[in-house]
Amino acid sequence: MLKRLLTSREMLLFGAVAALCALIATRFPGFVAPGNLLRVFNDTSPLILLAIGQMIVILTRCIDLSVAANLALSGMCVAMLNVAYPDLPIPVIIAVAVGLGTLMGMFNGILVWKLAIPPIVVTLGTLTIYRGIIFLVSDGNWVNSHEMSAAFKAFPRAEVLGLPVLGWTAILAIVVFGLVMTRTTLGRAFYAVGGNPHAATYTGLNVGRSQFWAFTISGALAGLTGYLWVSRYAVAYVDIAGGFELDVVAACVIGGVSIAGGIGTVGGAVLGALFLGVIKNALPVVNISPFWQMAISGAAIIIAVALNARATREKGRIILKSAEKPA
Amino acid sequence: MPALATTPADATPVLALDRVTKTFPGVTALDEVKLGLYPGEVTALVGENGAGKSTVVKILTGIYQPDGGEIRIDGEATRFPTPRDATAAGITAIHQETVLFDELSVAENIFLGHAPRRTFGLIDWTVMETRAREILESIGAKLDPRTKLRELGIASKHLVAIARALSVDARVVIMDEPTAALSHTEIHELYELVEKLKAQGKAILFISHKFDEIFRIADHYTVFRDGQFVGEGHVSEIDEAALVTMMVGRDVSAVFPDREARIGEEVLRVTDYAHPTEFADINFDLHQGEILGFYGLVGAGRSEVMQALFGITKPSAGQIHIDGQPVTLNSPADAIAAGLVYVPEDRGKQGAITALPIFQNVTLPSLGRTSRGGFLRMAREFDLAREYTRRLDLRAASLDTELGTLSGGNQQKVVIAKWLATQPKIIILDEPTKGIDIGSKAAVHAFMAELAAQGLAVIMVSSEIPEVLGMSDRVIVMREGRMAAELSGAKMTPETLVRHAAGI
Repeated sequence: MLKRLLTSREMLLFGAVAALCALIATRFPGFVAPGNLLRVFNDTSPLILLAIGQMIVILTRCIDLSVAANLALSGMCVAMLNVAYPDLPIPVIIAVAVGLGTLMGMFNGILVWKLAIPPIVVTLGTLTIYRGIIFLVSDGNWVNSHEMSAAFKAFPRAEVLGLPVLGWTAILAIVVFGLVMTRTTLGRAFYAVGGNPHAATYTGLNVGRSQFWAFTISGALAGLTGYLWVSRYAVAYVDIAGGFELDVVAACVIGGVSIAGGIGTVGGAVLGALFLGVIKNALPVVNISPFWQMAISGAAIIIAVALNARATREKGRIILKSAEKPA
Repeated sequence: MPALATTPADATPVLALDRVTKTFPGVTALDEVKLGLYPGEVTALVGENGAGKSTVVKILTGIYQPDGGEIRIDGEATRFPTPRDATAAGITAIHQETVLFDELSVAENIFLGHAPRRTFGLIDWTVMETRAREILESIGAKLDPRTKLRELGIASKHLVAIARALSVDARVVIMDEPTAALSHTEIHELYELVEKLKAQGKAILFISHKFDEIFRIADHYTVFRDGQFVGEGHVSEIDEAALVTMMVGRDVSAVFPDREARIGEEVLRVTDYAHPTEFADINFDLHQGEILGFYGLVGAGRSEVMQALFGITKPSAGQIHIDGQPVTLNSPADAIAAGLVYVPEDRGKQGAITALPIFQNVTLPSLGRTSRGGFLRMAREFDLAREYTRRLDLRAASLDTELGTLSGGNQQKVVIAKWLATQPKIIILDEPTKGIDIGSKAAVHAFMAELAAQGLAVIMVSSEIPEVLGMSDRVIVMREGRMAAELSGAKMTPETLVRHAAGI
């Protein structure tokens, strides 16, 4: 199993992230101090959470562009709930956020499954719908820090063994979904459906239903992240995390998830997110303009896709029996 | 090596390959092969799957560049850096899978890339349609150049592909398995077309798996094996057995496995089975240990019946009984659970998941048995995969390797192992030997006989008469979505099959 986790693509990416850190350390040694690395990880946690969900969706040959809008709507709803009922315990708040996110994910999934609408169209539509609903429920008003209860804001920042709960949530998601993807029939179905939908149908799998579950998982993670985001930054408004869905897709692509479906791992998506997180956190400290940040993450996406395309092409067709892997 | 002495040296070849080599990373697809095409004559290129025939076609049409050796036109060395250069040199190809565009008209398909132009480079539609009509008439096709391609049937599409090949001033016509998708009558029309092209002095390279075709229309033959040139000569000077020996490098008897069918209890009964648009009035039964053949022309509705049985499409009427119990099969999962599995015709597209490891491909339809409460039990998966791949004599480094790294033949073994691992009572094999080489065919036939001997009920959909007659205990002939005949014993002859299938 360990061998599978450390397949060359993930190792290569891990090396790239490490090399990037080393490069930054030459200019700013403090960056690689353990405390700072934990801070970077914690800061990247929302991206990691969403990238795991997106990875599963992309694996089934779909895409979920509504994750950031889902995050913002779930976040706004729990923030307003907190304002209205400040004594509501945090587990209830979390359950509501995950529940709302799950429903929004299911709505995407139903449209893709039952109406067979292309996922990019469905989620472009729901992206706009979810953002619109935020405006409707909030009247365009902000929920500010002073309106939120102390417990609401404290949860993601509470430190356990030196890492805030936000970071621990990402670690929990990595472990849980790492297991789901490699050790459950559901995870296997995601790979099969994305790898070859025709073949999956013939083996008795329901392609649409698998895609529905992928969207549901993505939505649930977006809802959870919605609460964590709003409470950590202690503010909720209509445009929260605007455009963040593109970072999420970028993290997946950099992490070796094939846009054509069927190929991708939780580890890859996490490393892809960390790569972007390191760039985002490091460039300001080495005095590089934020506009370069965008160019650099853009270049990283193109390089990653080019490398992945190359890796799959080099195999070629095996024609001679003797060229097959030896028995 | 036979036949090296009988090289047709009577004329300069229009097009020749001399010691051409093509390698891919880790693979030598062609190893110093030679080939000569002569004006007004048909050369058949013969070889098993993987012999390098398709690579030759791609080199001749400028898609691949040779790594060594020479391409010669009229004796002059030349190169085709792009497909356009090959077309300019008068080489045209009709491909195995026709490369056409459904949303364009017949005329546009024929002239795509070399449409007649007016001033400013605008397409001259009038000239294009007139010329399209002329070409279509010259090959005896009654098609309107303005029809959208998607409105045509597969046979008419093929004629468009041929017309396209002839729309350039071609000296060399390559036909890569041109009859694969055609019915009996259409094949005969194709033969007439080949005769016309010969009369026009065109050199034809004919690639086919079917020996009767080769002996009927080819003048020369060239044999490749595993990317190497084996021999060439005049078709009139060789017989089928000798050609097969050259192809496979060993003697292969074309006989089917000798088997004594032990017909047992009835396992499947299908009554008044119908579909709104595809088939009607299907009634048959199937017994343990029996091989039931389904014969018919392409498009007779055989695969459609099987897909409905497997729960892929919904029938409109009829009952299915398995082991005497009425069952409803609404999805492939239902069918698999009821012990009925379907091995589709296109095993690459509909069977293999190349990005997954071998063992995961094998266990995919059996996950219910290799998991508990939704959690996979890897040790069981490996056991199951090991058991069934071993039964199919699959040699692979490790069951953990990606399926995509295996050769086509071994991928097929994995796909079949996958279905056997579900421990079915009924197995439906759709065109089990289509497009595979002679050696592998014999292995598939022996394997089918073994399955039946173990008490499985087998349905074999096949368009090859020798296979249907050689393997089946009983044959159902379908025509236009209905059962035309059910034949057994002495009534199973090639003539009766063809007669019922064609409705004569």
